[in-house]
Amino acid sequence: MEKRRAKEFLMQGNEAVVEGALAAGCRFFAGYPITPATEISEIMSVKLPLVDGTFIQMEDEIASMGAIIGASLAGVKSMTATSGPGFSLMQENLGFACMAEVPCVVVDVMRGGPSTGIPTFPSQGDVMQARWGTHGDHPIIVLAPSTVRECLDLTVKAFNLSEKYRTPVIVVFDEVVGHMREKITLPRPKEVEVIDRIRPTVPPEWYIPYEDTTQGVPPMAVFGDGYRFHVTGLTHDIRGFPTLRPDEVGPFMERIHRKITLGLPEIHMGEFFHLEDADIAVIAYGSVARSARRAVIDAREKGVKVGLLKLMTLWPFMRGAIERIIQRAKALIVPEINMGQLSREVKRVNEGKAKVSTINRVDGLTITPGQILRRIREVS
Amino acid sequence: MPEVTRLIYKYLRHDKKFPHVWCPGCGTGIILGALIRAIDRTGYEKDDIVLVSGIGCSGRMPVYVDFNTLHTTHGRALTFATGIKLANPNLNVIVIMGDGDAMAIGGNHFIHAARRNIELTAIIVNNSIYGMTGGQYSPTTPYGMKATTAPYIHIEQEFKISELAVTAGAGFVGRGTVYHAKLLDGLIEKAILKKGFGVVEVISHCHVQYGKQNRLGSAVDMMKWQRDNAVTVQRAKRMKPEELEGRIIIGVLTDKELPIYQDEYDKVKERAKEGLSSLGG
Repeated sequence: MEKRRAKEFLMQGNEAVVEGALAAGCRFFAGYPITPATEISEIMSVKLPLVDGTFIQMEDEIASMGAIIGASLAGVKSMTATSGPGFSLMQENLGFACMAEVPCVVVDVMRGGPSTGIPTFPSQGDVMQARWGTHGDHPIIVLAPSTVRECLDLTVKAFNLSEKYRTPVIVVFDEVVGHMREKITLPRPKEVEVIDRIRPTVPPEWYIPYEDTTQGVPPMAVFGDGYRFHVTGLTHDIRGFPTLRPDEVGPFMERIHRKITLGLPEIHMGEFFHLEDADIAVIAYGSVARSARRAVIDAREKGVKVGLLKLMTLWPFMRGAIERIIQRAKALIVPEINMGQLSREVKRVNEGKAKVSTINRVDGLTITPGQILRRIREVS
Repeated sequence: MPEVTRLIYKYLRHDKKFPHVWCPGCGTGIILGALIRAIDRTGYEKDDIVLVSGIGCSGRMPVYVDFNTLHTTHGRALTFATGIKLANPNLNVIVIMGDGDAMAIGGNHFIHAARRNIELTAIIVNNSIYGMTGGQYSPTTPYGMKATTAPYIHIEQEFKISELAVTAGAGFVGRGTVYHAKLLDGLIEKAILKKGFGVVEVISHCHVQYGKQNRLGSAVDMMKWQRDNAVTVQRAKRMKPEELEGRIIIGVLTDKELPIYQDEYDKVKERAKEGLSSLGG
């Protein structure tokens, strides 16, 4: 009996994030209570001590972000989870992690904003904050699950990408995805691919912590390993020491962007649904992608050649995929639970080729299949 | 080899470009010297020390020394340090902050680190001013003084850093000055060896900003003021409150055994695992 029982669970998106994080090797979590992300903290506080990890509730989200960067520098994979208001507070130290190239994962369960907004209702209003929330030019990776299983898989992926590219990775999803329950089969540990950061193999006296490499990602020593290097949020030279020299600042800024660009084939993830012959393409993510899929299926039954690009990577933006779609598609529909954030990016890439229309909603509810279906009919 | 040469050779980074950023006569160098002497006396290996700082003049301290070093964001040094310590409790994590860093923008982090009594050492350079940005008033600028943002008169009351640390629950709190360098060595050593949150407030001088705006004289004059106004904890006990007005009480202000965060969290892990085994899992 015991053996035959499959590892199937009815699970929330927020719970699946925790399962993914633990499977990826996360052993440190620092957070601050906030709706609708609190379950992630609560479940972490239950599960981390069981695997000799550490959970701590910090005094605010600024501190949470600082603590996970510290833990990562000490060699432990780390994560925090929050919602819009807390995500705003994390932006300062998120920029530090970009600058100092410290792997870590930030989960933002999006609720209605601005300000305190609608804490218990869904939104996709943080898409631009995830991209540009911290000041200055910086690379960032932002993933967006739309199912409970994707919450698990993309959290694993977030850790793997953060370790591989030495960068913070953000996982964003709306409250619907965070709180909805779906049946999920948990993967066995050996089925989960886990990537760890590259550590230096040279003797400490040869170690140059921010030296350029072919992939632009220098090996990362851990505090206590004997490498005794310097980490700063100031622009730094290849040894990690502050510098103001244009011939050192320029190449550094170029490298931290290049390392992400070189990884694009792996970083870009999306689902291409009925796009081969599509005259109309819906571009969606999160809970809206679920409505969009339904609408596409219904429209196809009526003979409309419509497809769906479900974005699982929001940033860096999947320019190549859009460019391929508009080679054939004459109309693009971008439904979002915001006033139009990612649609701006679609329009930028489209350069006027296809007709782009948006469906936007900021009343606290998600976009229904009916709304999208109506728009498909209008543009077909 | 003279002692100072040995310490310089052992602890300063050979590949770091000197000179340092501090103004001639600044107290920060004396504090760095005291910190190095204290670490040397504790016998800890350089690999096991992490020196974390925030932003400001004191924030530049870690870059010169041969430890694991981390220069964080303004006021947030203790949060990074908390993550480091909990991720690897074998590391000895020392945090250096200024008065603006620790009391203004990082004030909340400071009282919560003290409340948790997490095993970290916090050294706060208190020079009563924002030095690096050009002499604006800080939370420790005394009432009635002047600053570039208090050109007429400063109207706020100052934070008493050490007293705040005691009240917030730190296991060890000491106050010294850059004039009393030997005392400072000892206080920092005690704070590092303390199991729990160890705080050392160092009264320093910024003759370039604070001193100049308030006509307090040279660096030497300001250090003489420290000498003349300091009262040891022992002597202060025999003095009346009105006699202590405007004086600096130096020495160990508190040293008590309180539950330490890491030890308590180990209990959480044990409980969690016991709970799991009782469920038959």
